[in-house]
Amino acid sequence: MNIIASLFAGLLFGIGLIVSGMANPAKVLGFLDLAGAWDPSLMLVMAGAVGVGLFAFGWAGRRKTTLLGDPMNLPTARGIDRRLVVGSLVFGIGWGIAGFCPGPALVALGLGESKAVLFVAAMLAGMAVFELFERRR
Amino acid sequence: MAIDWNAFTPVASLLGGVLIGLAASLLLLVVGRIAGISGILGGLLRVRSGDAAWRITFLFGLITAPWLFALVANARPIRIDASLPAILVAGFLVGIGTRYGAGCTSGHGVCGISRLSLRSTAATFAFMGAGFVTVFVLRHVLAH
Repeated sequence: MNIIASLFAGLLFGIGLIVSGMANPAKVLGFLDLAGAWDPSLMLVMAGAVGVGLFAFGWAGRRKTTLLGDPMNLPTARGIDRRLVVGSLVFGIGWGIAGFCPGPALVALGLGESKAVLFVAAMLAGMAVFELFERRR
Repeated sequence: MAIDWNAFTPVASLLGGVLIGLAASLLLLVVGRIAGISGILGGLLRVRSGDAAWRITFLFGLITAPWLFALVANARPIRIDASLPAILVAGFLVGIGTRYGAGCTSGHGVCGISRLSLRSTAATFAFMGAGFVTVFVLRHVLAH
């Protein structure tokens, strides 16, 4: 059941990215370009997603288990530490260079865009380097 | 700041956002997981993880979503302007940055803010701020 729900969630998430226009890096960069011709669309994507999410997460917060009775697996980290801030800044720089964050890059990979294939390969390399450093700690 | 009214797609973007919110809600309430793409993908690189199946099916759905979409609607063309070297640098930075920062636009931005997490809100301000500055430098400082 979990794997079927995950499949549907992935499909729905990807279709949401396509419908919203966020699978298109040129549009994302239009949002990030405050000093140019600014496209505020991404704010509405966030508003729509968080508007729905507030209900789901509010409800989930009052439950101990999922609807299937399995334990919830939610993040426990609370503090704002250096890793969070530096990592997010590095991510933001990469996001600003290409206009891709992880979700849209995977959707564009599915579209067969060769640049998206390279982006995802480089992203996996970055994630693998993180894992190597983590194992040495 | 001048709004590009021709590019602005309020209805489609709000609707797409609602679909993303529904997808995150489904994963949360049925599977008990955060729909954070970088975490779902990065978790597959951990040797110990015995929870690969739901990650793989979620990612399979995400990657094949454009195929399903093409069955019911006209494909939405996308444009990737970045050069090949820029793509490689950007991909690497996004990969390592999202793992150190423990999340990306979906995990921190959508799910974290929905959970009213101060930590995720701070992360979202950090990556959006860095994105704004990076595009400003690339388009309006270095390009001149």
